[in-house]
Amino acid sequence: MDTVVFLVAGAIVLAGAFGVILARNPVHSALMLVMTLFGVAVLFVAQEAHFLAAVQVIVYAGAIVVLFLFVIMLLGVDKAEDLSTDPLGGQRPAAAVVAVAAIGMLVLLTVRAVQVTGAPSASGSLSGGDSNLTTLGRSLFTDYLFAFEATSALLVIAVVGAVVLARRPKEPQR
Amino acid sequence: MTVDTSWYLVLAALLFTIGASGLLVRRNPLVMFMCVELMLNAVNLTFVTFARALDDIGGQVVVFFVLVVAAAEVVVGLGIIVAILRRQPGATADDVSLLRG
Repeated sequence: MDTVVFLVAGAIVLAGAFGVILARNPVHSALMLVMTLFGVAVLFVAQEAHFLAAVQVIVYAGAIVVLFLFVIMLLGVDKAEDLSTDPLGGQRPAAAVVAVAAIGMLVLLTVRAVQVTGAPSASGSLSGGDSNLTTLGRSLFTDYLFAFEATSALLVIAVVGAVVLARRPKEPQR
Repeated sequence: MTVDTSWYLVLAALLFTIGASGLLVRRNPLVMFMCVELMLNAVNLTFVTFARALDDIGGQVVVFFVLVVAAAEVVVGLGIIVAILRRQPGATADDVSLLRG
């Protein structure tokens, strides 16, 4: 059962990822991105990260992709891009070489590495009997409280920055 | 046949590489941004996998923070893209080389 879930969700993730980088139309790329995000959410559920799966769907698929679609529609850049020409000569073969080298090294690292672990469950055990949400919340509001407060400042800064960036420049005074 | 930790890690590596090569190849700044999201998701998957493998909630907490930072990054990045494309419509990443030294 686990294997079936993993294989199906993994196939969805990879198909969506290829769709993002191969679709000519940015709108199709965004929709393929939703597919990938749902696949990753399924993999989160399969690994007992229920809260993160919900947040993944709500924040990523619900908010971020909608923001992408808003910008695509707002700017009218939803026309198909010509992918047949290579504007920078030899870039695609170079990118393919880099991709193959990177995947080779990462897989080799995954297969061959000896994973040394330090103290087990430094910040709360997953299998302690409490629900995933309870454990996550306790860890977030004790060990990681300062980082949590810092993210609130980060969000305020991001909102102010977005407003400043998106504002039209003032008309010059005559 | 049971799903091993390394399966998830290999899948995350594939996802990361697809995102990275898309970032290298594509020209549309919005699609490049989506490729960055793919790479962030690959790293999130790695964190959740290790959280389960090491029986430690810390990995999931990091994913939570990555989600917050990704949301903030998308807001600011799309603001910059909107500002650029309003000035020169149809700009690709090659047209925005003014900051090149």
